[in-house]
Amino acid sequence: MKSYLNAVKAVIWKDLTAEWRTRENLTAMLVFALLTVLIFNFALELDIQAQESLSAGILWVTFVFAGTIGLNRSMASEKDRGCLDGLLLAPVDRSVIYFGKVIGNMIFMLLVELIILPIYSFLFTVPVFQPGFLLVVFLGSFGYVAVGTLLATMVIQVRTRDILLPILLFPLTLPVVIAAVKASQGFLEFLPVAEVSTWLNLLIVYDLIFIAVAFMVFDYVVEE
Amino acid sequence: MMISVKKLVKRFGPITVLRELDLEVEQGEFVALLGPNGAGKTTLLRILATLSKPNSGQVSVASFRLPDQAVYVREQLGVVSHLPLLYGDLTADENLAFYGRLYGIGSARQEQVLGLVGLSARKDDLVRTFSRGMQQRLAIGRAILHSPRILLLDEPHTGLDQEAGEILDRVLREVALEGRTVMMTSHDLIRAADLATRLVVLSKGKIRASLSKEQFQSGDLVSLYREAIVGGEGLK
Repeated sequence: MKSYLNAVKAVIWKDLTAEWRTRENLTAMLVFALLTVLIFNFALELDIQAQESLSAGILWVTFVFAGTIGLNRSMASEKDRGCLDGLLLAPVDRSVIYFGKVIGNMIFMLLVELIILPIYSFLFTVPVFQPGFLLVVFLGSFGYVAVGTLLATMVIQVRTRDILLPILLFPLTLPVVIAAVKASQGFLEFLPVAEVSTWLNLLIVYDLIFIAVAFMVFDYVVEE
Repeated sequence: MMISVKKLVKRFGPITVLRELDLEVEQGEFVALLGPNGAGKTTLLRILATLSKPNSGQVSVASFRLPDQAVYVREQLGVVSHLPLLYGDLTADENLAFYGRLYGIGSARQEQVLGLVGLSARKDDLVRTFSRGMQQRLAIGRAILHSPRILLLDEPHTGLDQEAGEILDRVLREVALEGRTVMMTSHDLIRAADLATRLVVLSKGKIRASLSKEQFQSGDLVSLYREAIVGGEGLK
């Protein structure tokens, strides 16, 4: 178990070190997320009512698209110079690669969200800094990254992977996006937790199911 | 027997790449796998490296069966391909540290390996600033980091100039002298004959010839190779 965790930590360390040096992935995600929030803000500027009812949806559209960019680039770095083969040759359970990549991608996603949320809060005048809302952001992002990392690995060998990933990912993550939007909207409107709990439970169950599925199938996904 | 392959078949869709291939390699042998493009050399190496699964046949590496005991086989293997399997945005030292952590190896071995491949002075430089020859040397360092008993090399000289190729040869000889079993695919007959203790010619998914050092040193190497390939052309 200790060597398993050490190997997961090694994959995370490798991703963070390489990203710290280039900042390519984070910059691309951040610029895209910023532009999306700004464009939506200007598009809906004159319609305050529409802004209020759509703000949670806008936030998740931003996270989902920025996240897709990050997932694509994260796996592309493994494809270059045959690095994925290097990982597959290590005498460790191959789920190590999956969990290492999921945690690495999640850290990038959370960093982008950490910067976007205050800007979003300012532009749309919504109270995002409440524990319930932040929990939804975490659970929704985790579900998206968990499925996204698995699919990004699946399409890594395909030439059209940049297009194929969103085509496969968006339908599969629809439940998590719907639940995240509904739960976020509930918290932004200060609804009682009981009214939001169904969506929160759905997010938790979705996250658990997909982590378990990925753990079971990852070995087959990376098989030639 | 360090590597044992019996009636190995590998298909990619309708195309059969390896056709009931048999091969045995003893401990300490340096086998060069020769053959034209599409002969199945890389496919065979990828199966031995646990990166691909056979459709049928029996494969054992270091007495472990494949694909069932792949994790144990990976402990015994070092693999070098024509791609370096290294991260360009990490330094040489960081690359070895990363693989070292995956293999549970300490930093003392890292220093030793960097010295062996002659890259101690450049250990803090990013790998993407390295020449192709230096990347291949570091790739060998990565492959021998965990002191594997078997080294699989897939066209390691691809893209190297004469000088870089010679440095790589020196490193390979040193690695082989440590008693490792080495299997290398190559298109360079002269270099393969210089390094290897046995030449195996593969064509159309089957072994066409297996030549000991005495055999290929006493005859005309090119003729022997052509005979093996032409002989194989006639076989179904």
